[in-house]
Amino acid sequence: MSNQKAPVGLLGRKLGMTQTWDENNRVVPVTVIAADTNVVTQIRTAETDGYTAVQIGFGEIDPRKVNKPQAGHFDKASVTPRRHLAEIRTEAIADYELGQAVSPEVFAAGDFVDVTGTSKGKGFAGVMKRHGFAGVSASHGAHRNHRKPGSIGGCATPGRVFKGLRMAGHMGTDRVTAQSLTVHAVDAEKGLILIKGAVPGPKGGIVMIRTGAKKGAVK
Amino acid sequence: MTNVVDAVASQSLRDDVPEFRAGDTLKVHVKVIEGNRSRVQVFQGVALRIQGSGVGRTFTVRKVSFGVGVERTFPLHTPIIEKIEVMTRGDVRRAKLYYLRNLRGKAAKIKEKREV
Repeated sequence: MSNQKAPVGLLGRKLGMTQTWDENNRVVPVTVIAADTNVVTQIRTAETDGYTAVQIGFGEIDPRKVNKPQAGHFDKASVTPRRHLAEIRTEAIADYELGQAVSPEVFAAGDFVDVTGTSKGKGFAGVMKRHGFAGVSASHGAHRNHRKPGSIGGCATPGRVFKGLRMAGHMGTDRVTAQSLTVHAVDAEKGLILIKGAVPGPKGGIVMIRTGAKKGAVK
Repeated sequence: MTNVVDAVASQSLRDDVPEFRAGDTLKVHVKVIEGNRSRVQVFQGVALRIQGSGVGRTFTVRKVSFGVGVERTFPLHTPIIEKIEVMTRGDVRRAKLYYLRNLRGKAAKIKEKREV
């Protein structure tokens, strides 16, 4: 599917969820994302970098905490240092210039977006929670065996456990992208974006909002 | 952080909602859209429960219609409600009046609160 608008993106902080009503008076669950203070910190060009992208900076940081190489990087774009950086792959680098502020208004209500975040950490999780295994019987003589995976393979053939077998382990804190979410509203004055539905990560987590890869902007 | 979320939610809050509690008899004027025409339907009954907080607060109204109990749950701040009229204040000792579901006729009647 070809988007008429070039893909755009910015960084934001997930503030939490609430609900509101749409024009048909239906309840809409929305995630509130603060996406102010976005600036262009670097432009990647095909000549120098071999690909085209814009680097976006977001979030305040005490300038004293920024080390010299990073401070120099921000000086080049003549912006105050930002806490987070991310690159948005786009062909339309001509639309951007160094140090330009990126307003939440690059998105409009009704746009489809992909939201990337870091999922909530679940720690060391068993197979039932991590992979949705059914576990073992609760009764019928099952003894201290209720949430275990059961058999993990054969005996002498193959004589080993296959690689990639789903087992217990660390769960969460993964990079997760929720695709084709709808932008419910944009409040440029307060720097807020309301996105319909849930978004990966905890409250206060950093999320990247990009034009949807599958559905994209409204025509 | 939560203040910003609350500020967003407060835009959807209504300020014309009367104060009432479980046991009160309510007349809920609901906007009904049929095709391109909208009219107002009245749902009258006893407030069975009020639950939740903020913009997600809901209340349930129970009435007995042709011998069949009908319960309808509304978000308190929904725009489909034109207005809520409080007909009587009920004298009840519970916040959730689920026991009314097992009562019928005169036993299901709620005493009116005597104003002091």
